[in-house]
Amino acid sequence: MKNLSHLDRLEAESMHIMREVVADAERPVMLYSVGKDSAVMLHLAMKAFYPSKPPFPLLHVDTTWKFREMIEFRDRRAAETGLELLVHVNQEGVDDGVGPFTHGSALHTDIMKTAALKQALNKYKFDLAFGGARRDEEKSRAKERICSFRSAEHRWDPKNQRPELWNLYNTRIRNGESIRVFPLSNWTELDIWQYIRREGIEIVPLYYSAKRPVVEWEGTQIMVDDDRVPEELRKTAVEKSVRFRTLGCYPLTGAVESEADTLEDIIQEMLLTKSSERQGRVIDRDQSGSMEKKKQEGYF
Amino acid sequence: MSDQNSLLETDIRAYLEAHENKSLLRFITCGSVDDGKSTLIGRMLYDSKMIFEDQLDALEADSKRVGTQGENIDFALLVDGLTAEREQGITIDVAYRFFSTDKRKFIVADTPGHVQYTRNMATGASTADLAILLIDARRGVLEQTRRHAFIASSLGIRKLVLAINKMDLQNYEQSVFDDIENDFIEFAEELAAGIEIQAIPMSALEGTNITTKSDKTPWYDGPSLMEYLETVPVDDERLNAPFRLPVQYVNRPNLDFRGFSGQIPSGTVRVGDRVKTLPSAKETTVTKILTGDKEVQEAVAGESVTICFADEVDTSRGDLICTAEEPAEVADQFQTRIFWMSDEKMLPGRRYLLKIGSKTVTAQINETKYRIDMSDLQDRPARDLSLNEVGVCTMSLDQAIPFDAYNDIRETGAFILIDRLTNNTVGMGMIDFALRRAGNIHWQSVDVNKQAHSSQKGQKPAVLWFTGLSGSGKSTIANALQKRLFSIDRHTYLLDGDNVRHGLNRDLGFTDADRVENIRRVAEVSKLMVDAGLVTLVSFISPFRSERRMARNMVEDAEFVEIYVNTPLNVAEQRDVKGLYKRAREGKIKNFTGIDSPYEPPLEAEIEIDTTSMTADEAAELIVDWMKQRGMLEA
Repeated sequence: MKNLSHLDRLEAESMHIMREVVADAERPVMLYSVGKDSAVMLHLAMKAFYPSKPPFPLLHVDTTWKFREMIEFRDRRAAETGLELLVHVNQEGVDDGVGPFTHGSALHTDIMKTAALKQALNKYKFDLAFGGARRDEEKSRAKERICSFRSAEHRWDPKNQRPELWNLYNTRIRNGESIRVFPLSNWTELDIWQYIRREGIEIVPLYYSAKRPVVEWEGTQIMVDDDRVPEELRKTAVEKSVRFRTLGCYPLTGAVESEADTLEDIIQEMLLTKSSERQGRVIDRDQSGSMEKKKQEGYF
Repeated sequence: MSDQNSLLETDIRAYLEAHENKSLLRFITCGSVDDGKSTLIGRMLYDSKMIFEDQLDALEADSKRVGTQGENIDFALLVDGLTAEREQGITIDVAYRFFSTDKRKFIVADTPGHVQYTRNMATGASTADLAILLIDARRGVLEQTRRHAFIASSLGIRKLVLAINKMDLQNYEQSVFDDIENDFIEFAEELAAGIEIQAIPMSALEGTNITTKSDKTPWYDGPSLMEYLETVPVDDERLNAPFRLPVQYVNRPNLDFRGFSGQIPSGTVRVGDRVKTLPSAKETTVTKILTGDKEVQEAVAGESVTICFADEVDTSRGDLICTAEEPAEVADQFQTRIFWMSDEKMLPGRRYLLKIGSKTVTAQINETKYRIDMSDLQDRPARDLSLNEVGVCTMSLDQAIPFDAYNDIRETGAFILIDRLTNNTVGMGMIDFALRRAGNIHWQSVDVNKQAHSSQKGQKPAVLWFTGLSGSGKSTIANALQKRLFSIDRHTYLLDGDNVRHGLNRDLGFTDADRVENIRRVAEVSKLMVDAGLVTLVSFISPFRSERRMARNMVEDAEFVEIYVNTPLNVAEQRDVKGLYKRAREGKIKNFTGIDSPYEPPLEAEIEIDTTSMTADEAAELIVDWMKQRGMLEA
């Protein structure tokens, strides 16, 4: 008789969640952030509905400040899987010239990501959105439910969330309300990497070490991905062997110096360095308790 | 990770191979902070190296600042990050923690606090294979311990670890440990059968018998906590139970492929197996099994699969595929155990949505047989269930469903109850067994049916449902309307709240539960009258939306007309035709609608009558016109 490994079980649970919540949704969507967790989530969706295609499109909220390699990767993966890819940009933000260098990380994220996501959800009237968040990312996420309910204004009401019992998900909502569903809730960062390795899932090359031009900005090493890095900063750029532990807007994503250029090396480095994953993200350190606050406002 | 740490540094590939094949154990920890629960969990996270250095720095700093352990690390701080959120009133039923060792990955359900404990613990226990019951060695087996053991065993957990903590404060005396263990074993005989108990003497604070056996307890010959957690078998029961697959999703990409997707809760399925789909009870053979995108010959409990059949058997979402040799039962009435999780009481007679597996049906609690008092685990008589109460209830569904007794297979015997108005999950339940009554009482099919009755009378039957506060003018308007309808040769009958309470419902009072039952009976009577072809006028306060919706759902859509007699409370109270408001204000009548019992105004009444701007006759006229416009008065 087969013995299921922890990865088998996590996989089965995620597939169960996806199939279950999609069945009752009218307009589901998968939020695709192009990062490694999204890569795993997409892979699981392809498996869950095989041989059919997943019955939902991918949505990428493009802040226009993502790494160029992320955008190339995103478009290629969408073409390969044959899934519809919706890209939403907050055009008002673009018109106002919003960006991290000029407006700071908090305002930039608020306008180009949080507000943009709400715009996109409203525009397409999605009632269910899959996201790749995990409970192990932060102490305060340990209590998060797999299904998170949002009012018609996309607000998260922490006092009004439903208990989750067994594997029974109650996804009934009223008109205008929506649900965020996190099928990777019970995965840890190590599980994600092990699964990527086991399944041979392709991830954006930025996760692997390579020579890249970096500058020091607000205490973090960031990559010079294009000419929008202010001129005087760009002049200080040096080539270093770096990689990224998380991916987002390039000015807000800290590079780590590393020689890890294979999956195994990355995992080894992760297990040996022992600093938690979100350290590389600038937005988290902006204000304490900031994730909680951002979520109430509708950020993932 | 200790012995593999070197492997991690020297041969990452070998390390990963080893870690790829770990198994998974989900467990729940029960106890309060005083028992050292947070310290224990913090210690397990710490010892398994699941704490990163940046977190450790913060932990050391916090320990010095606010910790209770002097210069030592206060492990409890690792998991007590939720205090502030609790103070803000954020509901936390369960927090999940993760750690792993060389052999297993662990998912820990940690249920904080004493408040709402029953609900929280039941939530955490619903997905757990094992429970750790923390006992303070100085205090022994308490009511709390018994309560935890009861909830865990009710939820089907068969493996209990008795973590007898703070042994350091009892000088690691064997007799202390033995007494507590014996005490508990004696009590556990009252619990469900087949429970395995492992008692371990420990000190979470000192780390005694947590990861390795300690020489402080030479008299103890069992495993350390971690050794036990790493090796205890968990899946035997599920794997040995008969095969089930609740259909979540019918996978039909093209005409050549038709598969049924779901996660297997129990048993094994192989290509060539005979299976039966319930409730249709059609048999066929499995021709193909996919786990994800891979074709396999066999799949086992826990896997998410898609399977194909040899024959076109009509199967849809919500059905249950079973081994043909030992299929599940099908029934529509049950005895169940219910844990109530809502501020609003569970009321017999009220309808809820019930979700079991991938199927959702309408359910009604028929009767609460008794509730279980969580302070002493004794049965107490009860009619309804309040938040955090547990009861044994009979219930009936609007259709028959496939199921297993929860004690046999958890996933096919577990359900949640959903409020139809708020969509909230209000209760969780477990099926004990089917009640056979439903199978024996068949609907008598009659030749003279509703159609025949109504054509004989030359009219369309209907329910005209008047709702509104006491003294709003419902009966006066209904009376005027009935006279008009009678005068144009309609066959009518008026069911009036006061009158019915003198006869059919004279055993009912005015509690919420009785109000629900009152309306249920009247709704049933009006349904019979509609069957008899009558235009039925119902004049009842009927304060709750939920029951009015129940009445509406009993007849066809076009047959139900909800008439909201909208008289403001102060106007009704001023009129006070029967002198009831005065008495209610004096406290002589309890549970009076509008005074100390709520009235939920209709959100989508067909007709709303403002009695401050029209007379009863004008209102009757308005209703007749409304009916005419919709063809309800045609033959």
